[in-house]
Amino acid sequence: MADIKNLEGMIDSTPIMKDFADIESSKLPEYQIDSKIPEGPIAEKWTNYKAHQKLVNPANKRNLDIIVVGTGLAGASAASTLGELGFNVLNFCIQDSPRRAHSIAAQGGINAAKDYQNDGDSVYRLFYDTVKGGDFRSREANVYRLAEVSNNIIDQCVQQGVPFAREYGGLLANRSFGGAQVSRTFYAKGQTGQQLLLGAYASLNRQIQKGTVKSFNRREMMDIVMIDGRARGIIVRNLITGELERYAAHAVVLATGGYGRTFFLSTNAMGCNGSAAVQAFKKGAYLANLAFTQIHPTCIPVHGEDQSKLTLMSESLRNDGRIWVPKKKEDAEAIRAGKKKPTDIPDEDRDFYLERRYPAFGNLCPRDIASRAAKERCDAGFGVGTGNAVYLDFKYAIERLGKDAVRDRYGNLFDMYQMISDDDPYETPMMIFPASHYTMGGIWVDYELQTSLKGLFAIGECNFSDHGANRLGASALMQGLADGYFVLPYTMQNYLSDQIKVPHFKTDTKEFDEAEKAVKERIQKLMNIKGTKSPDEIHKRLGHVMWNLVGMGRTLQSLVKATEEIEEVRKEFYSDLRIVGKADDLNTELEKALRLEDFLVIAKMMAIDALNRNESCGAHFREEYQTADGEAARNDKDYMYVSCWKYTGDNEKPILLKEPLKYEAIHVQTRNYKS
Amino acid sequence: METTISVNLKIWRQRGPKEKGSFANYTVKNVSTGSSFLEMLDMLNQQLVEKGEEPVVFDSDCREGICGMCSLYINGHPHGPVQGITTCQLHMRKFHDGDTITIEPWRSAAFPVVRDLMVDRNAFDKIQQAGGYVSFNCGGAPDANATPISKEVADVAMDSATCIGCGACVAACKNGSAMLFVSAKVSQFALLPQGQVERARRAKAMVKKMDELGFGNCTNTGACAAECPKSIPLSNIARLNREYLKAKIKD
Repeated sequence: MADIKNLEGMIDSTPIMKDFADIESSKLPEYQIDSKIPEGPIAEKWTNYKAHQKLVNPANKRNLDIIVVGTGLAGASAASTLGELGFNVLNFCIQDSPRRAHSIAAQGGINAAKDYQNDGDSVYRLFYDTVKGGDFRSREANVYRLAEVSNNIIDQCVQQGVPFAREYGGLLANRSFGGAQVSRTFYAKGQTGQQLLLGAYASLNRQIQKGTVKSFNRREMMDIVMIDGRARGIIVRNLITGELERYAAHAVVLATGGYGRTFFLSTNAMGCNGSAAVQAFKKGAYLANLAFTQIHPTCIPVHGEDQSKLTLMSESLRNDGRIWVPKKKEDAEAIRAGKKKPTDIPDEDRDFYLERRYPAFGNLCPRDIASRAAKERCDAGFGVGTGNAVYLDFKYAIERLGKDAVRDRYGNLFDMYQMISDDDPYETPMMIFPASHYTMGGIWVDYELQTSLKGLFAIGECNFSDHGANRLGASALMQGLADGYFVLPYTMQNYLSDQIKVPHFKTDTKEFDEAEKAVKERIQKLMNIKGTKSPDEIHKRLGHVMWNLVGMGRTLQSLVKATEEIEEVRKEFYSDLRIVGKADDLNTELEKALRLEDFLVIAKMMAIDALNRNESCGAHFREEYQTADGEAARNDKDYMYVSCWKYTGDNEKPILLKEPLKYEAIHVQTRNYKS
Repeated sequence: METTISVNLKIWRQRGPKEKGSFANYTVKNVSTGSSFLEMLDMLNQQLVEKGEEPVVFDSDCREGICGMCSLYINGHPHGPVQGITTCQLHMRKFHDGDTITIEPWRSAAFPVVRDLMVDRNAFDKIQQAGGYVSFNCGGAPDANATPISKEVADVAMDSATCIGCGACVAACKNGSAMLFVSAKVSQFALLPQGQVERARRAKAMVKKMDELGFGNCTNTGACAAECPKSIPLSNIARLNREYLKAKIKD
């Protein structure tokens, strides 16, 4: 890494970016990006696209093989729908069953523009809220399409037998989520992700039974096999036997989720990883907007060094819970010292800081804003618990609605909280603090959800497209299912239509030989280090670096320091890693090490992406760029683009490519949740 | 307030499905009572790795009680001694300093041990594949509000649908029966209007597959519901019996 000196007082990274990346090449014609946005007014783009795209006839579909990696909402819905259409689908997951993908843990709900509440919702408003919530860093045409198909998703899921919450009259119930002034969120208790995933899993099972989908569990993708410039297969590691296996297809779909565990501690599951994205990156696919990582405001605070993960408390709690810290520092200190309890603090001494700062949206302002506001209060000395926590209080809701109504809405979340913290939220406020939760950035895709590699598609959280710099609550489920049920099954055919004469691929070719050999060598290299540190120990160290320097508040100095410290961790990894056990066997330590190796790549790219973006927008908060009252100061003139990164080698500088963002259907403005 | 405790562990270790297993004894010190049970096992594994020994293999993923990946028979109870939670939600404050904790895998003919505490629950997927769905293709669904469903019915269906497919019911049952698991899915669809068309076929197909896969018979002892981390009620089994009988009588 470059020699960086005299950063004192510097806030604009432009003069030093050349030390980290090739930012000049973005002007070259070969590095111009074609996002394939259809012509026409925004409301007609998707309709026009569907009317004119090429299709594959039913007889030819059965001759085409598609690999889908991942069985979360995006992966399972895509695999089942492609199977229903008649394609041969090979579907992979790392868990012991497709039903366990981490979409299952999504709690709060799924947005749709049904306007069943007659409160002024529409496709346009959902589109508008999503683009605005993303701080004008998402691709307009994709978001509009997302809002358009949102209603189909609800119809689809109800028909699958998803038991959404209902009103006494028998119609579907809704609630509100952050960043919206309408009630458009459909939910199934606090287990919406579970129910939607089990719906997709049921459809998937139907196709498995029919034989259109073959399901491969406990398999982890190790590499993508390219033949003549197109993605034609994958190498996977069988997690039970440790053997490497080869699978070929006409196209490959990645639905592998986000890279939130780069921070080690996150709300993601233990197995969540960014490895598929890194393999795609190394094969030439662009990674985009990696700096946009969502820190969720309402998670149960960290309790100690042995902690393995953080637990989210659904955003839906902010419908009825009020967030506060003590107004007086001495009260905060007394609470931290255990001398006072939160219930001892009278209302007039409580600072409901979200209601104070953002009166129009109050406790339901977007996640990035709520997280930063919590950090601001804690940094200023008003935090409770360990000092890194704020209160989420249901006293007022219980007074207003009664305990039973509150239990009916949030019972399972309250139970979950009590299990972990040993406090009863019906009696004393919950303690919460922000934690890494979701990644808006990811693999770059065009309008058809195809990456910059031919035949490689990316859907769900692992792509970058719909949420800009910040995702609104209840939109991840919407996007995953939109991509899988209603977008990819159409757009993929445009790619496959000229592949119908291409015979099934064999896996005994030199391309597969080489890919498998490279994976074998990679594994052997890690096994041979024979150092002293377990993958988890090194991962925790990386997590600290990322949380402290590339977390909720970033500065030019912190990011430069991050690149140096990530490099240190990388050196430790390659010199002192210890993997017990054997490579050709079930080996959970090796699994962790391989994922960590890829997190190290992502960590560095996150820091570089954040360094390049000299502005604050959405979840990316560069402390140098803020308004007088502490809000994000965006720079549309210079940064209204998607930052796409092209890999050039392990120790080489990545190339920056820019996809300019144009907003035609929406007036670009400063986000305002105050009035 | 959180303190630290020391616990003795008696853990089942087994290389593979065909190999003989045995208990191994370990001690883990300085466990924060605020840690989860699986974090305590992470500490044990870190300890083993430092000694160059292979870690104890166990399944876990979401660690918030919803994915159904974690299992473990702890002191004679699936998911441990506390009712209504999964192993990953069990916290060390439920144990005392110096306790000996016995940890075994699910024991059932239909769930062979893969390694140590990890078992193969693929049989559950196969039962779902036999009929745990509504047959229709994406795109054909009517408007979501076209068919009102009473809140009561939707709530009961939701209670059944809450099953996380962890297999604790099978592990708890002296016969190794999967009736609670199967009945939860059959009930969800039997209650909802969308499930009516295939109601009889579904019940028969899922029960047939369950029987094929080597699960035992139900003798109504109720251990499954008592140990279920999601408190799926026993009434589901009664409903499945009715559904199955009705379907068979029609034949």
